[in-house]
Amino acid sequence: MIKLNNIHKSYVMGHNSLHVLKGIDLNIEQGDFVSIMGSSGSGKSTLLNILGMLDNYDEGTYHLSGSLIQNMSEKKAAQLRNEMVGFVFQSFNLISFKNAMENVALPLYYKGVPRKKRNLIAMEYLEKMGLTEWANHMPNEMSGGQKQRVAIARALISQPKIILADEPTGALDTTTSYEVIRLKDGRIDEIISNGELKKFQKSYRKELETA
Amino acid sequence: MFDIDKWQEIFATIKKNKMRTFLTGFSVAWGIFMLMILLGSGNGLSNGVASNFMNDAVNAMWIWTGKTTIAYEGMKTGRNIQFHNQDQELVQKVAGVGVTSGRYFMSNTRYSFGKESGDYSTVTCHPQLLEVENLQIKSGRFINQIDIQQNRKVVVIGNDIKEALFKDMEAVGEYVNVNRIPFKVVGVCSEPGSTKSRNAYMPLSTAQMVFNGSNRLHSLALTMNANTLEESKAVEEQIRNALSRQHKFDPKDESAIGINNKLENYIQTMKIFQAITIFIWIIGIGTLIAGIVGVSNIMLIVVKERTKEIGIRKALGASPSSVIGLVLLESIMITTVAGYIGLVLGTGLMEIINYIMVQSASPSAGSEQGDTLFLNPTVDFSIAVSATLLLIVAGAIAGYIPAKRAASIKPIVALRDE
Repeated sequence: MIKLNNIHKSYVMGHNSLHVLKGIDLNIEQGDFVSIMGSSGSGKSTLLNILGMLDNYDEGTYHLSGSLIQNMSEKKAAQLRNEMVGFVFQSFNLISFKNAMENVALPLYYKGVPRKKRNLIAMEYLEKMGLTEWANHMPNEMSGGQKQRVAIARALISQPKIILADEPTGALDTTTSYEVIRLKDGRIDEIISNGELKKFQKSYRKELETA
Repeated sequence: MFDIDKWQEIFATIKKNKMRTFLTGFSVAWGIFMLMILLGSGNGLSNGVASNFMNDAVNAMWIWTGKTTIAYEGMKTGRNIQFHNQDQELVQKVAGVGVTSGRYFMSNTRYSFGKESGDYSTVTCHPQLLEVENLQIKSGRFINQIDIQQNRKVVVIGNDIKEALFKDMEAVGEYVNVNRIPFKVVGVCSEPGSTKSRNAYMPLSTAQMVFNGSNRLHSLALTMNANTLEESKAVEEQIRNALSRQHKFDPKDESAIGINNKLENYIQTMKIFQAITIFIWIIGIGTLIAGIVGVSNIMLIVVKERTKEIGIRKALGASPSSVIGLVLLESIMITTVAGYIGLVLGTGLMEIINYIMVQSASPSAGSEQGDTLFLNPTVDFSIAVSATLLLIVAGAIAGYIPAKRAASIKPIVALRDE
């Protein structure tokens, strides 16, 4: 499913070049649940961004579902992201002027699903997250945990092959974190048991231990 | 191209970002509004002065005498040309000439009535001068043909003379002394398009007899049946030729006789107004440029503000073209509506001003000279529409460049933007 071969990535900052990824080899099969751990600044986010096609890499090869991901046009990358990947960010990244339902439905807009239908599906996913009565609230009217649950619903709605979660509970307090993680695991089980293949990556050790 | 879902997305965005929408819209609406006001005022001023010009017959012409400066048929330069009564008859016969009047001009004639007296100019003329100078009779009548034939000692005095000599009294029917000779006042008149009415008008024949004028004339006044500059020039040329034959001077001699062609003046004044129109256009274009800069600025800020949103949309699968489309269609939508609002407000205001001025002018028009410097201040609609289109296009271009840049950067960079 995911095949990384000798991936290198450096950030150029002024005259200095910061070599972050030094030859990563990685093989992840369908249905795997993988978490990446490491100290701060070790390149976890960089790797995730490359996996999610949000960023490009300098050297090596990255195969996703057998096709090489390299130097593709933004249009093609956007299409692939829409079909294959669901993101959960540390800082939620909800669109501030859209309510919960509209935020969840957004990936379906780029899939070309009609408004009524996608809002209906969005409500389904919000219900799974236990946020039905928050559907019409704006992000700034919700708590961090609620926001992250909206973001998870948004990541799941397009039924992607991969879900990438970059420190999904990093911005939340412990209690809320447990809540979110329990919920996530529950959903994952459910979705996997529905026959869909998901990959879940996390980089927060404590959460995993507790979960 | 037309996608209801896309428009719904755009409308949702506009509705949720009222301040941004308002600022973009305001700069466009204001630019168009100011342009409408400027162009409307310019047109109003131009129309107003054009209508004031109509106060004198536009096709009037005045001819006066001078000294020759070109030797002609053996006669040396410096000869004085003198008009006589037959010159008026001669000019009257020239094709294209409407009505004519000879004038024998006496400056500083002393008018007195009772204890009041003053020095005024006396114009001695034929009845036709009324038409040439568009004089307005305030009471009584003007000189008529019988006055000329019978050499009646009558005078039509300007309104200022009447005020000075008669105060509130009725002047018509009274006798004034003109250089100590009594004349009967038969009318009071005023000169339109002028603030002074200090001329008195006397039958030509009477004045020539009483004031030792013999059959001499100082000048001729006439109207032409001409509408264009070319026609009036042709009439002028014929009159000059006829007079040059009569008085034996070179037709090319500009100082032998002087000709003041009102139509020529009128056309020249209209040229000045064209210059004013160009000036107003320059200011108007300046206003438009200010509007364009305003819209461009706001679009830059809008795209900057939306960078993170663009990053999120791209992470969720938005293609660069859909992002550009979203930003551009929104800006075009706002500028179009705002431009239309500015257009309606600007034209509306000019219409209201026009209405008020027509209302306030109509009661006073009869009493005074009806001087308006402002008339019909409206704007050519196609100009208004193209100005609006220009702003819309400028807004679109100004939005396109940063939108394209924002759409092409890596989503992860856009997401990091705070």
